[in-house]
Amino acid sequence: MNQNFRMISLLTYTLKNLPNTSKWALRFCMRPLSSSSQLQAAAASQTKSKKTLAKPNIRNIVVVDGVRTPFLLSGTSYKDLMPHDLARAALSGLLHRTSVPKDVVDYIIFGTVIQEVKTSNVAREAALGAGFSDKTPAHTVTMACISSNQAMTTAVGLIASGQCDVVVAGGVELMSDIPIRHSRKMRKMMLDLNKAKTLAQRLSIISKFRLNFLSPELPAVSEFSTSETMGHSADRLAAAFAISREEQDEYALRSHSLAKKAQDEGLLSDVVPFKVPGRDTVTQDNGIRPSSLDQMAKLKPAFIKPYGTVTAANSSFLTDGASAVLIMAEEKALAMGYKPKAYLRDFMYVSQDPKDQLLLGPTYATPKVLEKAGLTMNDIDVFEFHEAFSGQILANLKAMDSDWFAQNYMGRKAKVGLPPLEKFNNWGGSLSLGHPFGATGCRLVMAAANRLRKEGGQYGLVAACAAGGQVFSICFTCVTDKTSYL
Amino acid sequence: MVASRAIGSLSRFTASRTLRCSGYICRSFTRSSALLTRTHINYGVRGDVAVIRINSPNSKVNTLSQELHSEFMEVMNEVWSSSQIRSAVLISTKPGCFIAGADLNMLNSCTTSQEVTQISQEAQKMFEKLEKSTKPVVAAINGSCLGGGLELAISCQYRIATKDKKTVLGSPEVLLGILPGAGATQRLPKMVGIPAAFDMMLTGRGIRADRAKKMGLVDQLVEPLGPGVKPPEERTIEYLEEVAITFAKGLADKKITPKRDKGLVEKLTSYALSIPFVRQQIYKKVEEKVRKQTKGLYPAPLKIIDVVKTGIEQGSNAGYLSESQTFGELAMTKESKALMGLYRGQTQCKKNKFGAPQKEVKQLAVLGAGLMGAGIAQVSVDKGLQTILKDTTLPALGRGQQQVFKGLNDKVKKKTLTSFERDAMFSNLIGQLDYRGFEKADMVIEAVFEDLNLKHRVLKEAEAVIPDHCVFASNTSALPIGEIATVSKRPEKVIGMHYFSPVDKMQLLEIITTEKTSKDTTASAVDVGLRQGKVIIVVKDGPGFYTTRCLTPMMSEVIRILQEGVGPKKLDSLTTSFGFPVGAATLVDEVGVDVAKHVAENLGKEFGERFAGGSLEMLQQMISKGFLGRKSGKGFYIYQEGVKNKNLNSDMDSILASLKMPSQPDVSSDEDIQYRLVTRFVNEAILCLQEGVLATPTEGDIGAVFGLGFPPCLGGPFHFVDLYGAQKIVDRLRKYEAAYGKQFTPCQLLVDHANNPNKKFYQ
Repeated sequence: MNQNFRMISLLTYTLKNLPNTSKWALRFCMRPLSSSSQLQAAAASQTKSKKTLAKPNIRNIVVVDGVRTPFLLSGTSYKDLMPHDLARAALSGLLHRTSVPKDVVDYIIFGTVIQEVKTSNVAREAALGAGFSDKTPAHTVTMACISSNQAMTTAVGLIASGQCDVVVAGGVELMSDIPIRHSRKMRKMMLDLNKAKTLAQRLSIISKFRLNFLSPELPAVSEFSTSETMGHSADRLAAAFAISREEQDEYALRSHSLAKKAQDEGLLSDVVPFKVPGRDTVTQDNGIRPSSLDQMAKLKPAFIKPYGTVTAANSSFLTDGASAVLIMAEEKALAMGYKPKAYLRDFMYVSQDPKDQLLLGPTYATPKVLEKAGLTMNDIDVFEFHEAFSGQILANLKAMDSDWFAQNYMGRKAKVGLPPLEKFNNWGGSLSLGHPFGATGCRLVMAAANRLRKEGGQYGLVAACAAGGQVFSICFTCVTDKTSYL
Repeated sequence: MVASRAIGSLSRFTASRTLRCSGYICRSFTRSSALLTRTHINYGVRGDVAVIRINSPNSKVNTLSQELHSEFMEVMNEVWSSSQIRSAVLISTKPGCFIAGADLNMLNSCTTSQEVTQISQEAQKMFEKLEKSTKPVVAAINGSCLGGGLELAISCQYRIATKDKKTVLGSPEVLLGILPGAGATQRLPKMVGIPAAFDMMLTGRGIRADRAKKMGLVDQLVEPLGPGVKPPEERTIEYLEEVAITFAKGLADKKITPKRDKGLVEKLTSYALSIPFVRQQIYKKVEEKVRKQTKGLYPAPLKIIDVVKTGIEQGSNAGYLSESQTFGELAMTKESKALMGLYRGQTQCKKNKFGAPQKEVKQLAVLGAGLMGAGIAQVSVDKGLQTILKDTTLPALGRGQQQVFKGLNDKVKKKTLTSFERDAMFSNLIGQLDYRGFEKADMVIEAVFEDLNLKHRVLKEAEAVIPDHCVFASNTSALPIGEIATVSKRPEKVIGMHYFSPVDKMQLLEIITTEKTSKDTTASAVDVGLRQGKVIIVVKDGPGFYTTRCLTPMMSEVIRILQEGVGPKKLDSLTTSFGFPVGAATLVDEVGVDVAKHVAENLGKEFGERFAGGSLEMLQQMISKGFLGRKSGKGFYIYQEGVKNKNLNSDMDSILASLKMPSQPDVSSDEDIQYRLVTRFVNEAILCLQEGVLATPTEGDIGAVFGLGFPPCLGGPFHFVDLYGAQKIVDRLRKYEAAYGKQFTPCQLLVDHANNPNKKFYQ
């Protein structure tokens, strides 16, 4: 717990700068393949025969498969790596898992939040290092905790517009190392020194040196616009919805217990082992620690002291990890003989007040994306929501269940409605599996896709909030009828 | 200067509070049987914690009235006698207000100092009982906690405040010419230390919650909440109460101690202050400073120092006694009555008596990016008003934009704004050189150079593009609005908005209506002014309106006095020691010699002999030598960047010598000189009321004090006449009339007041 706690305090400051992905609920609707008449027939024969969500004149886009490195607590086995090393591991894992020929990949996009300045286009560095063709362009996107969602939807856009057929999207975050800079004054002095031509000029610049120039500049902990840390905002959010410490601890315990169960049962099939240079092979996530409510109750509040409710135990922790998915146009995937896991369907980015509703995005995004897809809450078989904080998840659930909130803040006549908890983050979530900011988005999508297959559902919905008050939400349909591919 | 600063802070605590009516519905809990008989207090018990909720009916704020006082005592007695209750929480359920202070009507209705002293002693007793309570009481503060409210809060064992912008703690009594009369002079020094206590009580400044926490004035902070399943304000108060209850329990269980850890600096300071010699030095220092700033015109600050000193050096009993007696004395002083009158006037001038305009101004356009134009733009954009700033050249526009940015950025440096808020505000400003977008403007305020032809030109240009409903306002200090409106196609939409420089600091806005100005246009201008945070007087059109018209005869007298051989320094000291924030000669420099001459000439033509006095030749010679005042670096004084003490401009000597006239010894004593200036001002002000330029004496007082720096301790010209007696002023005027003639002839209304002592401007 001690370590967890340290993580949290580190998290508070790193989070500040980071776009928080959890606000974007990405809804990928994966339905049985709708493109071919054959498949439509197959779909019709299914027990759960529903709309395909296919849109006329728009290509069907599928996730062939996706992988991730094990998510580790920051400062553990990955601590000596650089971000592109982790990203490389995810890319290699994806190549291995899908056996996709490297020259087929048209484009690579990665999301990341805290950029390592040496590899600011981490997608390109990782792709080259992972043995992809140097003819495959790559770029990096950032959107706080929904950065890899942004990578995926960028891929969707490229494919839908016919620019590409095969795109690899992913995300990476290495919180074990963060760029700590010299102070602005020091930087300015160093740059001036560079330009100085004579000794006299140099001396005059150096004479302006003061000891306080040496104080380092950390990546901001707080939201730039409001100067509030995310944990602090989460604590206020929980208070605004009158969510008790006990409720938050219980939810965190649920997340850890479910994650543990999923791990033990081998359900987390997106994890690929990673032989860390100079260390043992890492095979599984190491942040899953079901504790007891009594133990959790002992922790002190991490942000609003001494009476707040958000603690290290009910927050997501600082995590290192990378993820990658292979996205293709459906006809390309079928032509190549793949059995895709899911169709990516309607998605939506929403944003709102970064002060008081920083983490409340899923409430806004969920009904919108459902409406866009023509579905209702009841149609969804699998929910995967990003768990930044227990209090944040519970606040969103309360907001979705409140007519008052819907009427006064969302301009709706009635409440959004609660997602049934038995369909909600059943294999754990960011609280237990970890939350490498840039990589979480792909994990959420793959968890939803894999759960749909495992549980036999058809529609999945992902939602994630991010710093800056932004949210991503996507609906997707699962390719449930495996036979139709054969 | 202290006076103007003091008045400046007046604005802070009177700042219009747009409070929504109490939306906070009390949750059900065990209620005491007496509940139904109480109107101000709702009291219940949760577990073993008594929760006392204050919410005075039919009022935007809670004030410590006699009724509230007795209900509170009643409730506290129940708390103390109940065996079930171990601690208590004191909270206000009125959004944005804990307790805004004592009920001023209660004080005003007292006719003797003994009555006031008695009120003070009753409050002292109640708070002492509260302070000694064995059951801990937690004050949960959301919103303004001022005066008596603060005194109540610091008598409690623990204080928790919301970190909201509306949560302000302070002792503003000094601004009303009185002192905190319910124990704060004794408790504050112990709680926050002597220097900080003096600062609070002598400046009256409001302290925001986060600073209060650092000072030790409050023990915990609670962040305001955003939306949940009920309105944020309501839930925030509820949350504050929940948090306060946990602390009340903790205090009763002795799990929390009300003592806080002091930092090293604080420990050292409090050690130093335990040495009598150090304390004496501090009293001396503070007293010196106060004397220097108040020039002995304001009795309250010195008395506050006395009372604090008595308490510390002779024990609390002596301190409390001294506090209540001095409180009674101060409440009866003219200064206090003048300041309280100003406070009431200010409150009145923060209301729009013309009602809501038909169309709220959303898009503003300002013509001219000079000092005034940019200032107007600044006070608009920082209130969220979309503003176009137009000038004719890029460099001029750039200077204006920079002025707005600097104004906002200074607030960032003072940490009253975040850089993000500054950027968001600055984005409300659009700088441009053409009339693009004016077709969407709801109001245009022109602040171009004071030249009638130029004003006519921009009016015509603007009217060619602005929509029908758009108001055209002219910012001018002397050009009659009616004349400006002659070229207008729609004179009912033309109005004067006279701002004072520097616009972001000066609170006054003088709105000038012509016969043709429609009521809705006036309502719209007042509405914009109020949104800009101004105190507003509405006057009728005429040469010099109200403010410039009052100032001009006084300025004429200034020149005569200079001609009579009184040096600028001496003149300055005579005027400041009378209570003016800026000396008369300095004022000419600040206004600008050319502007002063321009105005004096124009008004001189209109009003003739009454405005005569000094020779305008002096101003003419100054202009020809380039001594335009501060803006040109030289006037009566020499102005240099970064030099604080200004020196006399020795080149003025020859001008002064060449225009020298003999003084008349029987009207040239120091006091006579002061009264020659003031009586001309006052006489003209009363004439403005007589002629109907002014609608009310209140507006006259507010305009004079907030726009022209009329001594706040005198309460404005009308309060001055009421408090010092019309007869005395008429006598003075007659005496000067005998020496100088018609310039000093008292106006009819003033004579009426002198003839009938029962006649008062304020009843």
